[in-house]
Amino acid sequence: MSKSKFKNPVVKWIDHRLPVFSFMDHELNHYPTPKNLNYFWNFGSLAGFALVTMIVTGIVLSMNYTAHVDYAFDSVERIMRDVNHGWLIRYIHMNGASFFFIVVYIHIFRGLYYGSYKAPRELLWILGVLILLLMMATAFMGYVLPWGQMSFWGATVITNLFSAIPLVGESIVTWLWGGFSVDNSTLNRFFSLHFVLPFVIVGVVILHLVALHRFGSNNPIGIDVKGTQDTIPFSPYYTIKDLFGLSVFLSFFAAAVFFFPNFMGHPDNYIEANPMVTPAHIVPEWYFLPFYAILRAIPDKLGGVLFMFGAIAVLFILPWLDRSSVRSSQFRPIYKIFFWILLLDCILLGYLGAMPAEGIYVILSRIATAYYFFHFLILFPLLPFIEKTKPLPFSISEPILGGAATASAMATREKK
Amino acid sequence: MSTKSSSKEIKNEGKRDFLIISTYAMAGIGAASVAWPLIDQMNPAADTLALASTEVDLSSLEEGQAITVTWRGKPVFVRHRTPKEIKSAKEVSLDDMRHPETDEERVPNEKFIVLVGVCTHLGCVPLGQKSGDVKGLYGGWFCPCHGSHYDHSGRIRKGPAPTNLEVPSYKFLSENVIKIG
Repeated sequence: MSKSKFKNPVVKWIDHRLPVFSFMDHELNHYPTPKNLNYFWNFGSLAGFALVTMIVTGIVLSMNYTAHVDYAFDSVERIMRDVNHGWLIRYIHMNGASFFFIVVYIHIFRGLYYGSYKAPRELLWILGVLILLLMMATAFMGYVLPWGQMSFWGATVITNLFSAIPLVGESIVTWLWGGFSVDNSTLNRFFSLHFVLPFVIVGVVILHLVALHRFGSNNPIGIDVKGTQDTIPFSPYYTIKDLFGLSVFLSFFAAAVFFFPNFMGHPDNYIEANPMVTPAHIVPEWYFLPFYAILRAIPDKLGGVLFMFGAIAVLFILPWLDRSSVRSSQFRPIYKIFFWILLLDCILLGYLGAMPAEGIYVILSRIATAYYFFHFLILFPLLPFIEKTKPLPFSISEPILGGAATASAMATREKK
Repeated sequence: MSTKSSSKEIKNEGKRDFLIISTYAMAGIGAASVAWPLIDQMNPAADTLALASTEVDLSSLEEGQAITVTWRGKPVFVRHRTPKEIKSAKEVSLDDMRHPETDEERVPNEKFIVLVGVCTHLGCVPLGQKSGDVKGLYGGWFCPCHGSHYDHSGRIRKGPAPTNLEVPSYKFLSENVIKIG
Protein backbone atom coordinates (compact mmCIF):
# COMPACT_ATOMS: atom_id res chain seq x y z
CA MET A 1 0.00 0.00 0.00
CA SER A 2 1.79 3.09 -1.20
CA LYS A 3 0.44 6.06 0.68
CA SER A 4 1.68 9.03 -1.28
CA LYS A 5 1.16 7.81 -4.82
CA PHE A 6 -0.84 10.91 -5.73
CA LYS A 7 0.12 14.47 -4.89
CA ASN A 8 -3.20 16.14 -5.63
CA PRO A 9 -5.17 16.15 -2.34
CA VAL A 10 -8.55 15.82 -4.10
CA VAL A 11 -7.32 12.80 -6.05
CA LYS A 12 -5.85 11.36 -2.86
CA TRP A 13 -9.13 11.89 -0.96
CA ILE A 14 -11.22 10.23 -3.67
CA ASP A 15 -8.73 7.42 -4.26
CA HIS A 16 -8.73 6.47 -0.60
CA ARG A 17 -12.49 5.93 -0.75
CA LEU A 18 -12.91 4.88 -4.39
CA PRO A 19 -9.61 3.58 -5.80
CA VAL A 20 -10.32 4.45 -9.43
CA PHE A 21 -7.08 6.39 -9.77
CA SER A 22 -5.03 3.51 -8.35
CA PHE A 23 -6.82 1.23 -10.77
CA MET A 24 -6.06 3.41 -13.78
CA ASP A 25 -2.49 3.95 -12.64
CA HIS A 26 -2.04 0.22 -12.31
CA GLU A 27 -3.76 -0.85 -15.54
CA LEU A 28 -2.87 1.97 -17.90
CA ASN A 29 0.33 3.44 -16.55
CA HIS A 30 2.54 0.87 -14.83
CA TYR A 31 0.89 -2.13 -16.54
CA PRO A 32 3.94 -4.21 -17.52
CA THR A 33 3.86 -5.02 -21.23
CA PRO A 34 6.25 -7.23 -23.21
CA LYS A 35 8.90 -4.99 -24.72
CA ASN A 36 8.95 -6.70 -28.11
CA LEU A 37 5.39 -6.01 -29.34
CA ASN A 38 5.21 -5.07 -33.02
CA TYR A 39 2.68 -2.89 -34.81
CA PHE A 40 0.17 -5.76 -35.09
CA TRP A 41 -0.46 -5.18 -31.39
CA ASN A 42 -1.95 -1.78 -32.21
CA PHE A 43 -5.16 -3.23 -33.56
CA GLY A 44 -6.77 -3.96 -30.21
CA SER A 45 -6.76 -0.33 -29.18
CA LEU A 46 -7.78 0.65 -32.72
CA ALA A 47 -10.81 -1.65 -32.41
CA GLY A 48 -11.68 0.05 -29.15
CA PHE A 49 -11.40 3.42 -30.85
CA ALA A 50 -13.63 2.23 -33.70
CA LEU A 51 -16.24 0.99 -31.21
CA VAL A 52 -16.37 4.36 -29.44
CA THR A 53 -16.58 6.18 -32.78
CA MET A 54 -19.49 3.99 -33.86
CA ILE A 55 -21.35 4.52 -30.59
CA VAL A 56 -20.88 8.30 -30.58
CA THR A 57 -21.85 8.80 -34.24
CA GLY A 58 -24.65 6.26 -33.86
CA ILE A 59 -26.25 8.05 -30.92
CA VAL A 60 -26.09 11.29 -32.88
CA LEU A 61 -27.59 9.67 -36.00
CA SER A 62 -30.44 8.16 -34.00
CA MET A 63 -31.45 11.70 -33.01
CA ASN A 64 -32.26 12.34 -36.66
CA TYR A 65 -33.50 8.93 -37.81
CA THR A 66 -37.09 7.68 -38.04
CA ALA A 67 -37.61 3.92 -37.71
CA HIS A 68 -40.70 3.55 -39.88
CA VAL A 69 -41.00 1.97 -43.33
CA ASP A 70 -42.58 5.13 -44.73
CA TYR A 71 -40.01 7.55 -43.33
CA ALA A 72 -36.74 5.65 -42.75
CA PHE A 73 -35.29 6.12 -46.25
CA ASP A 74 -36.29 9.79 -46.38
CA SER A 75 -34.98 10.45 -42.89
CA VAL A 76 -31.57 9.09 -43.95
CA GLU A 77 -31.63 11.29 -47.06
CA ARG A 78 -32.58 14.21 -44.82
CA ILE A 79 -29.52 13.43 -42.68
CA MET A 80 -27.40 13.50 -45.85
CA ARG A 81 -28.82 16.78 -47.17
CA ASP A 82 -30.39 18.89 -44.45
CA VAL A 83 -29.05 18.00 -41.00
CA ASN A 84 -26.02 20.09 -40.07
CA HIS A 85 -22.89 17.99 -40.85
CA GLY A 86 -25.24 15.00 -41.23
CA TRP A 87 -23.39 13.76 -44.33
CA LEU A 88 -20.14 13.71 -42.37
CA ILE A 89 -21.60 11.91 -39.37
CA ARG A 90 -23.33 9.29 -41.52
CA TYR A 91 -20.26 8.70 -43.69
CA ILE A 92 -18.15 8.27 -40.54
CA HIS A 93 -20.67 5.74 -39.22
CA MET A 94 -20.99 3.92 -42.54
CA ASN A 95 -17.27 3.69 -43.22
CA GLY A 96 -16.59 3.23 -39.52
CA ALA A 97 -18.38 -0.13 -39.72
CA SER A 98 -16.08 -1.27 -42.52
CA PHE A 99 -12.95 -0.01 -40.79
CA PHE A 100 -14.06 -1.64 -37.54
CA PHE A 101 -14.18 -4.97 -39.35
CA ILE A 102 -10.84 -4.36 -41.11
CA VAL A 103 -9.21 -3.65 -37.76
CA VAL A 104 -10.88 -6.60 -36.03
CA TYR A 105 -10.01 -9.04 -38.84
CA ILE A 106 -6.35 -7.97 -38.66
CA HIS A 107 -6.56 -8.34 -34.87
CA ILE A 108 -7.91 -11.89 -35.27
CA PHE A 109 -5.31 -12.93 -37.84
CA ARG A 110 -2.60 -11.52 -35.59
CA GLY A 111 -3.96 -13.81 -32.86
CA LEU A 112 -3.88 -16.73 -35.27
CA TYR A 113 -0.31 -16.03 -36.39
CA TYR A 114 1.17 -15.56 -32.94
CA GLY A 115 -0.97 -18.18 -31.18
CA SER A 116 -2.54 -15.65 -28.85
CA TYR A 117 -5.50 -17.96 -28.21
CA LYS A 118 -3.44 -20.63 -26.46
CA ALA A 119 -3.36 -21.31 -22.73
CA PRO A 120 -3.75 -19.36 -20.55
CA ARG A 121 -5.59 -16.99 -22.91
CA GLU A 122 -8.42 -19.29 -24.08
CA LEU A 123 -11.19 -17.25 -22.47
CA LEU A 124 -9.69 -14.03 -23.77
CA TRP A 125 -9.95 -15.50 -27.27
CA ILE A 126 -13.48 -16.83 -26.76
CA LEU A 127 -14.68 -13.44 -25.53
CA GLY A 128 -13.13 -11.97 -28.67
CA VAL A 129 -15.04 -14.39 -30.92
CA LEU A 130 -18.19 -13.45 -29.00
CA ILE A 131 -17.49 -9.78 -29.75
CA LEU A 132 -17.10 -10.68 -33.44
CA LEU A 133 -20.50 -12.41 -33.42
CA LEU A 134 -22.15 -9.45 -31.70
CA MET A 135 -20.51 -7.09 -34.17
CA MET A 136 -21.88 -9.11 -37.08
CA ALA A 137 -25.41 -9.05 -35.67
CA THR A 138 -25.14 -5.32 -34.99
CA ALA A 139 -23.70 -4.53 -38.42
CA PHE A 140 -26.35 -6.62 -40.18
CA MET A 141 -29.21 -4.88 -38.37
CA GLY A 142 -27.63 -1.47 -38.89
CA TYR A 143 -27.48 -2.09 -42.62
CA VAL A 144 -31.26 -2.65 -42.63
CA LEU A 145 -32.04 0.76 -41.11
CA PRO A 146 -31.56 3.00 -44.21
CA TRP A 147 -34.34 0.89 -45.79
CA GLY A 148 -32.81 0.76 -49.24
CA GLN A 149 -33.15 -2.17 -51.62
CA MET A 150 -30.06 -3.91 -50.24
CA SER A 151 -31.26 -3.31 -46.69
CA PHE A 152 -34.60 -4.89 -47.38
CA TRP A 153 -33.41 -7.86 -49.40
CA GLY A 154 -30.40 -8.45 -47.17
CA ALA A 155 -32.77 -8.59 -44.20
CA THR A 156 -35.08 -10.93 -46.09
CA VAL A 157 -32.31 -13.33 -47.11
CA ILE A 158 -30.51 -13.40 -43.77
CA THR A 159 -33.65 -13.85 -41.67
CA ASN A 160 -34.75 -16.59 -44.07
CA LEU A 161 -31.59 -18.52 -43.11
CA PHE A 162 -33.43 -19.51 -39.96
CA SER A 163 -36.20 -21.12 -42.00
CA ALA A 164 -33.68 -23.89 -42.70
CA ILE A 165 -34.10 -25.13 -39.12
CA PRO A 166 -36.25 -28.28 -39.24
CA LEU A 167 -39.81 -28.18 -37.83
CA VAL A 168 -39.71 -24.77 -36.12
CA GLY A 169 -37.87 -22.80 -38.83
CA GLU A 170 -40.92 -21.08 -40.31
CA SER A 171 -42.26 -20.09 -36.88
CA ILE A 172 -38.88 -18.66 -35.91
CA VAL A 173 -38.75 -16.55 -39.05
CA THR A 174 -42.29 -15.24 -38.45
CA TRP A 175 -41.25 -14.45 -34.89
CA LEU A 176 -38.13 -12.60 -36.10
CA TRP A 177 -40.19 -10.56 -38.56
CA GLY A 178 -43.17 -9.92 -36.30
CA GLY A 179 -45.28 -10.56 -39.38
CA PHE A 180 -45.23 -12.47 -42.64
CA SER A 181 -42.50 -10.53 -44.35
CA VAL A 182 -39.80 -8.01 -43.46
CA ASP A 183 -41.92 -5.00 -42.57
CA ASN A 184 -42.38 -2.17 -40.11
CA SER A 185 -42.25 -4.40 -37.02
CA THR A 186 -38.97 -5.88 -38.27
CA LEU A 187 -37.49 -2.44 -38.86
CA ASN A 188 -38.51 -1.26 -35.39
CA ARG A 189 -37.01 -4.21 -33.55
CA PHE A 190 -33.82 -4.04 -35.63
CA PHE A 191 -33.45 -0.38 -34.70
CA SER A 192 -33.94 -1.21 -31.03
CA LEU A 193 -31.40 -4.04 -31.13
CA HIS A 194 -28.95 -2.08 -33.27
CA PHE A 195 -29.01 0.59 -30.58
CA VAL A 196 -28.57 -1.70 -27.60
CA LEU A 197 -26.10 -4.35 -28.89
CA PRO A 198 -23.11 -1.98 -29.06
CA PHE A 199 -23.47 -1.47 -25.33
CA VAL A 200 -23.49 -5.24 -24.87
CA ILE A 201 -20.29 -5.25 -26.93
CA VAL A 202 -18.81 -2.65 -24.56
CA GLY A 203 -19.59 -5.01 -21.68
CA VAL A 204 -17.89 -7.96 -23.38
CA VAL A 205 -14.94 -5.73 -24.31
CA ILE A 206 -14.49 -4.91 -20.63
CA LEU A 207 -14.41 -8.65 -19.85
CA HIS A 208 -11.97 -9.10 -22.77
CA LEU A 209 -9.69 -6.48 -21.16
CA VAL A 210 -9.98 -8.01 -17.70
CA ALA A 211 -8.98 -11.37 -19.18
CA LEU A 212 -6.13 -9.70 -21.11
CA HIS A 213 -4.70 -7.99 -18.05
CA ARG A 214 -4.76 -11.25 -16.09
CA PHE A 215 -1.74 -12.61 -18.00
CA GLY A 216 -0.83 -9.58 -20.10
CA SER A 217 -0.33 -9.42 -23.84
CA ASN A 218 1.13 -12.26 -25.84
CA ASN A 219 4.14 -11.20 -27.92
CA PRO A 220 5.75 -11.94 -31.30
CA ILE A 221 7.98 -14.64 -29.83
CA GLY A 222 5.05 -16.19 -28.00
CA ILE A 223 6.98 -17.16 -24.87
CA ASP A 224 5.98 -16.07 -21.40
CA VAL A 225 7.39 -13.00 -19.74
CA LYS A 226 10.14 -14.16 -17.36
CA GLY A 227 10.46 -11.02 -15.28
CA THR A 228 10.67 -7.25 -15.27
CA GLN A 229 13.63 -7.31 -17.68
CA ASP A 230 11.20 -8.52 -20.37
CA THR A 231 8.64 -5.77 -19.89
CA ILE A 232 8.26 -2.02 -20.12
CA PRO A 233 5.50 0.05 -18.53
CA PHE A 234 2.47 0.58 -20.75
CA SER A 235 2.77 4.32 -20.39
CA PRO A 236 4.44 6.15 -22.04
CA TYR A 237 5.84 3.44 -24.33
CA TYR A 238 2.68 1.80 -25.63
CA THR A 239 0.35 4.75 -25.13
CA ILE A 240 2.52 6.73 -27.52
CA LYS A 241 2.85 3.78 -29.91
CA ASP A 242 -0.95 3.30 -29.87
CA LEU A 243 -1.44 7.02 -30.50
CA PHE A 244 0.97 6.95 -33.42
CA GLY A 245 -0.84 3.92 -34.85
CA LEU A 246 -4.14 5.73 -34.33
CA SER A 247 -2.98 8.72 -36.33
CA VAL A 248 -1.94 6.45 -39.22
CA PHE A 249 -5.30 4.67 -39.00
CA LEU A 250 -7.14 7.99 -38.97
CA SER A 251 -5.33 9.08 -42.13
CA PHE A 252 -6.76 6.09 -44.01
CA PHE A 253 -10.13 6.49 -42.35
CA ALA A 254 -10.37 10.19 -43.20
CA ALA A 255 -9.31 9.45 -46.79
CA ALA A 256 -12.22 7.00 -47.10
CA VAL A 257 -14.75 9.28 -45.40
CA PHE A 258 -13.87 12.34 -47.44
CA PHE A 259 -12.83 10.93 -50.81
CA PHE A 260 -14.36 7.44 -51.24
CA PRO A 261 -17.30 7.35 -48.85
CA ASN A 262 -19.36 4.94 -50.96
CA PHE A 263 -16.53 2.72 -52.14
CA MET A 264 -17.37 -0.08 -49.71
CA GLY A 265 -21.13 0.35 -50.03
CA HIS A 266 -23.53 -0.74 -52.73
CA PRO A 267 -25.32 1.76 -55.03
CA ASP A 268 -28.59 -0.22 -54.90
CA ASN A 269 -29.01 0.81 -51.30
CA TYR A 270 -29.73 4.34 -52.49
CA ILE A 271 -32.96 2.98 -54.03
CA GLU A 272 -35.80 2.85 -51.54
CA ALA A 273 -36.88 -0.64 -50.42
CA ASN A 274 -39.44 -2.24 -52.70
CA PRO A 275 -40.93 -5.53 -51.44
CA MET A 276 -42.18 -6.31 -54.98
CA VAL A 277 -38.83 -6.26 -56.80
CA THR A 278 -35.58 -8.02 -55.84
CA PRO A 279 -32.38 -6.48 -57.26
CA ALA A 280 -30.71 -8.68 -59.89
CA HIS A 281 -27.62 -9.34 -57.81
CA ILE A 282 -27.81 -9.22 -54.02
CA VAL A 283 -24.52 -9.02 -52.16
CA PRO A 284 -23.98 -8.54 -48.44
CA GLU A 285 -21.54 -5.99 -47.11
CA TRP A 286 -17.94 -6.98 -47.87
CA TYR A 287 -17.17 -8.15 -44.33
CA PHE A 288 -19.77 -10.91 -44.64
CA LEU A 289 -18.67 -12.11 -48.07
CA PRO A 290 -16.45 -15.05 -46.96
CA PHE A 291 -19.30 -16.43 -44.87
CA TYR A 292 -21.76 -15.78 -47.67
CA ALA A 293 -19.51 -17.75 -50.03
CA ILE A 294 -19.52 -20.70 -47.60
CA LEU A 295 -23.32 -20.51 -47.38
CA ARG A 296 -23.65 -20.72 -51.16
CA ALA A 297 -20.97 -23.37 -51.59
CA ILE A 298 -23.07 -26.03 -49.87
CA PRO A 299 -25.81 -27.36 -52.17
CA ASP A 300 -28.24 -27.91 -49.31
CA LYS A 301 -30.28 -25.26 -47.47
CA LEU A 302 -29.77 -26.50 -43.91
CA GLY A 303 -26.21 -27.63 -44.66
CA GLY A 304 -25.25 -24.21 -46.00
CA VAL A 305 -26.55 -22.48 -42.91
CA LEU A 306 -24.80 -24.96 -40.60
CA PHE A 307 -21.47 -24.60 -42.37
CA MET A 308 -21.74 -20.83 -42.36
CA PHE A 309 -22.31 -20.66 -38.62
CA GLY A 310 -19.81 -23.50 -38.21
CA ALA A 311 -17.14 -21.27 -39.76
CA ILE A 312 -17.42 -19.08 -36.66
CA ALA A 313 -18.13 -21.93 -34.26
CA VAL A 314 -14.73 -23.50 -35.00
CA LEU A 315 -13.12 -20.29 -33.77
CA PHE A 316 -14.70 -20.82 -30.35
CA ILE A 317 -13.04 -24.21 -29.91
CA LEU A 318 -9.77 -23.25 -31.61
CA PRO A 319 -7.79 -23.17 -28.33
CA TRP A 320 -8.45 -26.91 -28.01
CA LEU A 321 -8.19 -27.77 -31.71
CA ASP A 322 -4.62 -26.52 -31.88
CA ARG A 323 -2.50 -29.15 -30.12
CA SER A 324 0.81 -27.36 -30.52
CA SER A 325 2.33 -25.91 -27.37
CA VAL A 326 4.40 -23.41 -29.36
CA ARG A 327 2.50 -20.18 -29.75
CA SER A 328 4.28 -18.06 -32.32
CA SER A 329 4.44 -19.06 -36.00
CA GLN A 330 8.02 -17.79 -36.01
CA PHE A 331 8.98 -21.18 -34.56
CA ARG A 332 6.48 -23.29 -36.54
CA PRO A 333 7.89 -23.53 -40.10
CA ILE A 334 5.03 -25.61 -41.54
CA TYR A 335 2.15 -23.91 -39.75
CA LYS A 336 3.53 -20.57 -40.92
CA ILE A 337 2.99 -21.60 -44.54
CA PHE A 338 -0.53 -22.82 -43.82
CA PHE A 339 -1.31 -19.59 -42.00
CA TRP A 340 -0.73 -17.65 -45.21
CA ILE A 341 -2.74 -20.21 -47.15
CA LEU A 342 -5.64 -19.69 -44.70
CA LEU A 343 -5.41 -15.94 -45.13
CA LEU A 344 -5.46 -16.25 -48.94
CA ASP A 345 -8.29 -18.78 -48.63
CA CYS A 346 -10.39 -16.26 -46.66
CA ILE A 347 -9.65 -13.51 -49.18
CA LEU A 348 -10.58 -15.90 -52.00
CA LEU A 349 -13.83 -16.75 -50.20
CA GLY A 350 -14.54 -13.05 -49.89
CA TYR A 351 -13.99 -12.59 -53.62
CA LEU A 352 -16.17 -15.59 -54.47
CA GLY A 353 -18.93 -14.30 -52.17
CA ALA A 354 -19.17 -11.21 -54.37
CA MET A 355 -19.33 -13.21 -57.61
CA PRO A 356 -22.52 -14.77 -59.03
CA ALA A 357 -23.23 -18.30 -57.81
CA GLU A 358 -22.55 -20.07 -61.11
CA GLY A 359 -19.91 -22.02 -63.07
CA ILE A 360 -16.32 -21.92 -61.88
CA TYR A 361 -17.20 -19.73 -58.90
CA VAL A 362 -19.26 -22.51 -57.33
CA ILE A 363 -16.46 -25.05 -57.74
CA LEU A 364 -13.85 -22.67 -56.32
CA SER A 365 -16.18 -21.81 -53.41
CA ARG A 366 -16.42 -25.49 -52.55
CA ILE A 367 -12.66 -25.97 -52.65
CA ALA A 368 -12.06 -22.87 -50.54
CA THR A 369 -14.75 -23.89 -48.02
CA ALA A 370 -13.25 -27.38 -47.80
CA TYR A 371 -9.82 -25.90 -47.12
CA TYR A 372 -11.20 -23.60 -44.41
CA PHE A 373 -12.63 -26.50 -42.44
CA PHE A 374 -9.64 -28.74 -43.21
CA HIS A 375 -7.38 -26.07 -41.74
CA PHE A 376 -9.29 -25.82 -38.49
CA LEU A 377 -10.55 -29.36 -37.95
CA ILE A 378 -7.68 -31.48 -39.31
CA LEU A 379 -4.56 -29.38 -39.71
CA PHE A 380 -4.66 -27.74 -36.28
CA PRO A 381 -5.00 -31.00 -34.30
CA LEU A 382 -2.66 -33.12 -36.44
CA LEU A 383 0.12 -30.78 -37.57
CA PRO A 384 1.97 -30.81 -34.22
CA PHE A 385 2.59 -34.56 -34.67
CA ILE A 386 4.47 -33.93 -37.93
CA GLU A 387 5.95 -30.50 -37.46
CA LYS A 388 9.40 -30.01 -35.98
CA THR A 389 9.37 -26.62 -34.27
CA LYS A 390 12.42 -24.39 -34.07
CA PRO A 391 14.12 -23.97 -30.68
CA LEU A 392 12.53 -21.26 -28.55
CA PRO A 393 14.66 -18.49 -27.06
CA PHE A 394 15.04 -18.59 -23.29
CA SER A 395 13.48 -15.20 -22.78
CA ILE A 396 12.09 -12.19 -24.60
CA SER A 397 15.31 -10.34 -23.81
CA GLU A 398 17.61 -12.99 -25.24
CA PRO A 399 17.20 -12.34 -28.99
CA ILE A 400 17.67 -8.63 -28.29
CA LEU A 401 20.41 -8.60 -25.67
CA GLY A 402 22.18 -11.85 -26.51
CA GLY A 403 24.36 -13.91 -24.21
CA ALA A 404 24.05 -12.18 -20.84
CA ALA A 405 20.32 -12.42 -20.71
CA THR A 406 20.50 -16.02 -21.85
CA ALA A 407 22.83 -16.87 -19.01
CA SER A 408 20.62 -15.23 -16.41
CA ALA A 409 17.55 -16.89 -17.89
CA MET A 410 19.30 -20.25 -17.70
CA ALA A 411 20.19 -19.53 -14.11
CA THR A 412 16.57 -18.85 -13.21
CA ARG A 413 15.58 -22.01 -15.07
CA GLU A 414 18.00 -24.10 -13.09
CA LYS A 415 16.67 -22.63 -9.88
CA LYS A 416 13.28 -24.07 -10.72
CA MET B 1 19.01 16.11 -14.98
CA SER B 2 22.26 17.00 -13.29
CA THR B 3 22.53 19.81 -10.77
CA LYS B 4 25.00 21.61 -12.99
CA SER B 5 22.49 22.28 -15.70
CA SER B 6 24.18 24.12 -18.48
CA SER B 7 22.49 26.90 -20.43
CA LYS B 8 22.13 24.49 -23.34
CA GLU B 9 20.03 22.14 -21.25
CA ILE B 10 17.80 24.98 -20.10
CA LYS B 11 17.37 25.97 -23.72
CA ASN B 12 16.39 22.41 -24.59
CA GLU B 13 13.92 22.38 -21.74
CA GLY B 14 12.25 25.44 -23.21
CA LYS B 15 12.15 23.70 -26.57
CA ARG B 16 10.55 20.66 -24.99
CA ASP B 17 7.92 22.73 -23.20
CA PHE B 18 7.10 24.42 -26.48
CA LEU B 19 6.69 21.05 -28.18
CA ILE B 20 4.48 19.71 -25.39
CA ILE B 21 2.27 22.79 -25.27
CA SER B 22 1.88 22.98 -29.03
CA THR B 23 1.07 19.24 -29.19
CA TYR B 24 -1.63 19.64 -26.57
CA ALA B 25 -2.94 22.74 -28.30
CA MET B 26 -3.19 20.90 -31.64
CA ALA B 27 -4.88 17.95 -29.94
CA GLY B 28 -7.33 20.35 -28.30
CA ILE B 29 -8.15 22.04 -31.61
CA GLY B 30 -8.57 18.64 -33.23
CA ALA B 31 -10.89 17.40 -30.48
CA ALA B 32 -12.96 20.59 -30.66
CA SER B 33 -13.31 20.40 -34.43
CA VAL B 34 -14.46 16.78 -34.17
CA ALA B 35 -16.89 17.65 -31.38
CA TRP B 36 -18.46 20.58 -33.24
CA PRO B 37 -20.31 18.57 -35.99
CA LEU B 38 -21.64 16.24 -33.30
CA ILE B 39 -23.02 19.20 -31.34
CA ASP B 40 -24.16 21.29 -34.29
CA GLN B 41 -26.27 18.48 -35.74
CA MET B 42 -28.80 19.22 -32.98
CA ASN B 43 -29.34 22.76 -34.30
CA PRO B 44 -32.21 23.30 -36.79
CA ALA B 45 -31.58 21.45 -40.05
CA ALA B 46 -31.75 23.10 -43.47
CA ASP B 47 -35.30 21.83 -44.13
CA THR B 48 -36.44 23.13 -40.76
CA LEU B 49 -34.99 26.54 -41.55
CA ALA B 50 -36.60 26.46 -45.00
CA LEU B 51 -40.02 26.16 -43.39
CA ALA B 52 -39.31 29.19 -41.25
CA SER B 53 -41.65 31.61 -43.05
CA THR B 54 -45.44 31.62 -43.39
CA GLU B 55 -47.73 33.72 -45.60
CA VAL B 56 -51.14 34.73 -44.28
CA ASP B 57 -54.06 36.25 -46.26
CA LEU B 58 -55.94 38.68 -43.99
CA SER B 59 -58.65 39.80 -46.48
CA SER B 60 -61.38 37.68 -44.89
CA LEU B 61 -60.52 38.78 -41.36
CA GLU B 62 -63.37 41.03 -40.16
CA GLU B 63 -62.95 43.80 -37.66
CA GLY B 64 -62.77 42.36 -34.15
CA GLN B 65 -61.88 38.90 -35.40
CA ALA B 66 -58.64 37.06 -34.78
CA ILE B 67 -56.87 34.10 -36.35
CA THR B 68 -54.04 31.94 -35.12
CA VAL B 69 -51.49 30.62 -37.62
CA THR B 70 -48.51 28.30 -37.11
CA TRP B 71 -45.03 29.67 -37.66
CA ARG B 72 -41.92 27.64 -36.70
CA GLY B 73 -44.18 25.31 -34.74
CA LYS B 74 -45.49 28.14 -32.61
CA PRO B 75 -48.86 29.96 -32.70
CA VAL B 76 -48.91 33.45 -34.16
CA PHE B 77 -51.86 35.67 -33.23
CA VAL B 78 -53.27 38.06 -35.82
CA ARG B 79 -56.10 40.33 -34.67
CA HIS B 80 -58.01 42.89 -36.70
CA ARG B 81 -58.44 45.62 -34.11
CA THR B 82 -61.51 47.85 -33.78
CA PRO B 83 -60.99 51.66 -33.80
CA LYS B 84 -61.78 51.68 -30.10
CA GLU B 85 -59.06 49.12 -29.38
CA ILE B 86 -56.54 51.01 -31.49
CA LYS B 87 -57.40 54.21 -29.66
CA SER B 88 -56.96 52.64 -26.23
CA ALA B 89 -53.68 51.00 -27.25
CA LYS B 90 -52.28 54.31 -28.48
CA GLU B 91 -53.47 56.63 -25.76
CA VAL B 92 -52.58 54.67 -22.67
CA SER B 93 -49.74 56.06 -20.56
CA LEU B 94 -46.48 54.11 -20.67
CA ASP B 95 -45.45 55.19 -17.17
CA ASP B 96 -46.77 52.20 -15.27
CA MET B 97 -45.73 49.58 -17.80
CA ARG B 98 -43.17 46.93 -16.96
CA HIS B 99 -41.88 46.90 -20.53
CA PRO B 100 -42.76 50.30 -21.99
CA GLU B 101 -43.22 50.35 -25.76
CA THR B 102 -45.53 52.54 -27.82
CA ASP B 103 -48.17 50.94 -30.01
CA GLU B 104 -46.47 52.44 -33.10
CA GLU B 105 -43.26 50.63 -32.28
CA ARG B 106 -45.09 47.34 -32.18
CA VAL B 107 -47.67 47.63 -34.95
CA PRO B 108 -46.66 48.93 -38.41
CA ASN B 109 -50.23 48.75 -39.74
CA GLU B 110 -52.53 49.83 -36.93
CA LYS B 111 -55.45 47.69 -38.10
CA PHE B 112 -53.65 44.38 -37.75
CA ILE B 113 -51.64 43.33 -34.76
CA VAL B 114 -49.33 40.32 -35.19
CA LEU B 115 -47.86 38.63 -32.13
CA VAL B 116 -46.08 35.40 -31.24
CA GLY B 117 -48.76 33.71 -29.12
CA VAL B 118 -46.40 32.49 -26.45
CA CYS B 119 -46.50 33.98 -22.97
CA THR B 120 -43.10 35.46 -22.11
CA HIS B 121 -43.37 34.02 -18.62
CA LEU B 122 -43.01 30.26 -19.14
CA GLY B 123 -44.25 29.56 -22.65
CA CYS B 124 -48.01 28.87 -22.36
CA VAL B 125 -50.39 30.04 -25.09
CA PRO B 126 -52.53 32.95 -23.80
CA LEU B 127 -56.33 33.08 -24.24
CA GLY B 128 -58.10 35.83 -26.14
CA GLN B 129 -58.19 34.70 -29.77
CA LYS B 130 -61.68 33.17 -29.70
CA SER B 131 -64.78 35.30 -29.12
CA GLY B 132 -65.71 33.50 -25.90
CA ASP B 133 -62.20 33.60 -24.40
CA VAL B 134 -61.26 35.46 -21.26
CA LYS B 135 -59.30 38.47 -22.51
CA GLY B 136 -57.98 39.69 -19.16
CA LEU B 137 -58.33 43.06 -17.40
CA TYR B 138 -56.94 45.04 -20.36
CA GLY B 139 -59.01 43.43 -23.13
CA GLY B 140 -56.05 41.91 -24.98
CA TRP B 141 -54.90 38.45 -23.99
CA PHE B 142 -54.80 36.56 -20.73
CA CYS B 143 -52.48 33.69 -19.88
CA PRO B 144 -54.33 31.15 -17.73
CA CYS B 145 -51.20 29.38 -16.52
CA HIS B 146 -49.96 32.06 -14.13
CA GLY B 147 -52.31 34.99 -14.73
CA SER B 148 -50.50 37.44 -17.02
CA HIS B 149 -52.71 40.18 -18.54
CA TYR B 150 -51.82 41.69 -21.92
CA ASP B 151 -53.44 44.77 -23.50
CA HIS B 152 -54.60 45.49 -27.09
CA SER B 153 -51.01 45.92 -28.15
CA GLY B 154 -49.87 42.68 -26.51
CA ARG B 155 -48.02 44.56 -23.76
CA ILE B 156 -47.71 43.02 -20.33
CA ARG B 157 -49.78 45.03 -17.85
CA LYS B 158 -50.30 42.72 -14.87
CA GLY B 159 -48.98 39.32 -13.79
CA PRO B 160 -45.58 37.57 -13.71
CA ALA B 161 -44.51 37.81 -17.38
CA PRO B 162 -41.36 39.94 -17.69
CA THR B 163 -41.80 41.34 -21.22
CA ASN B 164 -44.44 42.13 -23.83
CA LEU B 165 -45.63 39.44 -26.25
CA GLU B 166 -42.99 39.15 -28.94
CA VAL B 167 -43.65 40.72 -32.33
CA PRO B 168 -42.32 38.41 -35.06
CA SER B 169 -40.52 39.90 -38.02
CA TYR B 170 -43.08 40.22 -40.82
CA LYS B 171 -43.92 42.43 -43.74
CA PHE B 172 -46.94 43.22 -45.87
CA LEU B 173 -46.57 41.68 -49.31
CA SER B 174 -49.74 43.48 -50.41
CA GLU B 175 -52.53 45.33 -48.61
CA ASN B 176 -53.94 42.17 -47.06
CA VAL B 177 -51.18 39.54 -47.23
CA ILE B 178 -48.39 39.28 -44.70
CA LYS B 179 -45.28 37.12 -44.73
CA ILE B 180 -44.07 36.12 -41.30
CA GLY B 181 -40.41 35.26 -40.90
